[in-house]
Amino acid sequence: MATKSLKKLGSDLAKSNKQLEILSNGIFANDELPTFKNKISETSQFPLKAKPLEILQINVGYMCNQVCEHCHVDAGPDRKEIMTQETMQQILDVIKTTGAHTLDLTGGAPEMNPNFRWFVEEASKIGVKDFIVRSNLTIIRANKKYYDLPQFFKKHNIHVISSMPHWTRGKTDKQRGEGVFDMSIKALQELNAVGYGMPGSDLKLDLVYNPSGAFLPGDQSAMEKDFKKALMEDFSIQFHNLFAITNLPIARFLDFLIASENYEDYMYSLVEAYNPAAVANVMCTNTLSVSWDGYLFDCDFNQMLELPVNSKSKHISEYKTELLEGRNIVISQHCYGCTAGAGSSCQGVVA
Amino acid sequence: MAKTYYDPADLRKFGKITEWNEELGNKFFDYYGKVFEEGALTAREKSLIALAVAHTEQCPYCIDAYTKDSLQRGVTKEEMMEAIHVGAAIKSGATLVHGVQMMNKVNKLDG
Ligand code: SF4
Ligand code: SF4
Repeated sequence: MATKSLKKLGSDLAKSNKQLEILSNGIFANDELPTFKNKISETSQFPLKAKPLEILQINVGYMCNQVCEHCHVDAGPDRKEIMTQETMQQILDVIKTTGAHTLDLTGGAPEMNPNFRWFVEEASKIGVKDFIVRSNLTIIRANKKYYDLPQFFKKHNIHVISSMPHWTRGKTDKQRGEGVFDMSIKALQELNAVGYGMPGSDLKLDLVYNPSGAFLPGDQSAMEKDFKKALMEDFSIQFHNLFAITNLPIARFLDFLIASENYEDYMYSLVEAYNPAAVANVMCTNTLSVSWDGYLFDCDFNQMLELPVNSKSKHISEYKTELLEGRNIVISQHCYGCTAGAGSSCQGVVA
Repeated sequence: MAKTYYDPADLRKFGKITEWNEELGNKFFDYYGKVFEEGALTAREKSLIALAVAHTEQCPYCIDAYTKDSLQRGVTKEEMMEAIHVGAAIKSGATLVHGVQMMNKVNKLDG
């Protein structure tokens, strides 16, 4: 199990240009597989264009208490990129003016940002409809200072979305680290105890499932049924929805694909499962991603690949709706991860 | 000439069999697709049956395909191994039950 980020290890793949190079060469350079651009051109869907903003996704820092094997953020305890209060204030100013109905905080472990609670308190005063925190669950049990997080979430009516790769200990710990399963179960029980995830409860608790290896997620509703049955039977845990998310071939997952000689097969699977109907709803069409240092990206994945938005408005401090709406989305072959099968986004399937 | 009889990359080309007989090929794939749809059995259960049969048929393509399919459906490796043992038990049972025929024959020929 990894204990360090690729960045800390000094790996070549920690560099975004190296990743982009891999994604553009090999099977995509010799025409074995069509580039994403050519593929979406077949159905006249190129260029992808941004529609009005609905979801603002904020990455408040890459620091995390875990070092999951396939993390697309390459997050970990050794990552020092953390959003400042000043950037948070700039974001608050922008939220007030946009029509975005959803605010989505992610990381790393967003709770590890020292200004996390301040930010949540200020943002919840603005009154967005859906205020999401992507919590990795174990953080709630990681240290005493986080024990009251379920109460804090409840107080601000936060929509909690958490990763759970499997309903068995073995598969979960293999992907996310020794002991993660038991801690996650405990955290879920605590969330249930304050009312999260209970049938009919307004305190929304959703789980994210992403495959533990070089394969695509199964049918979202069938997986949800299996998760619900197993978590209920084994631990009396309840939750609302399961989002099945495809692993995109970037960062640590790309590193794994290459090291395990699964890269080509995986790209083939993605291209074979390409679904033009999913293209219309890929999340970058209604989402903006803000990095820890305030820069704007089409999605969290482009943020990690350091592909900035194709607009004069590049930083949250210079946010201008008219410059961002209708912009052409920046794409590469990793985008196939969003259009395979029923499609994939931070809110699960899209088609 | 290909160096081996089986090439993992050939599995991707399975669909090409329709090129030399479209009608029968399409009928087969329609049927195949239908069989694996959610029905009285779940798609997950069907995947495990397919995995076990893939082993008794010893088809390397099917083993690759249904191992991956099982993983996609959240099947654990313990469940997969158990399924294969079911297939193996039927295989060996089917061999051994013929022992009765051998015994009958011996008894008839040699009292
Ligand atoms: S918990 Fe999330 S952010 Fe942290 S290492 Fe795991 S996948 Fe990455
Ligand atoms: S990876 Fe990002 S830019 Fe590409 S399709 Fe997905 S959301 Fe859009």
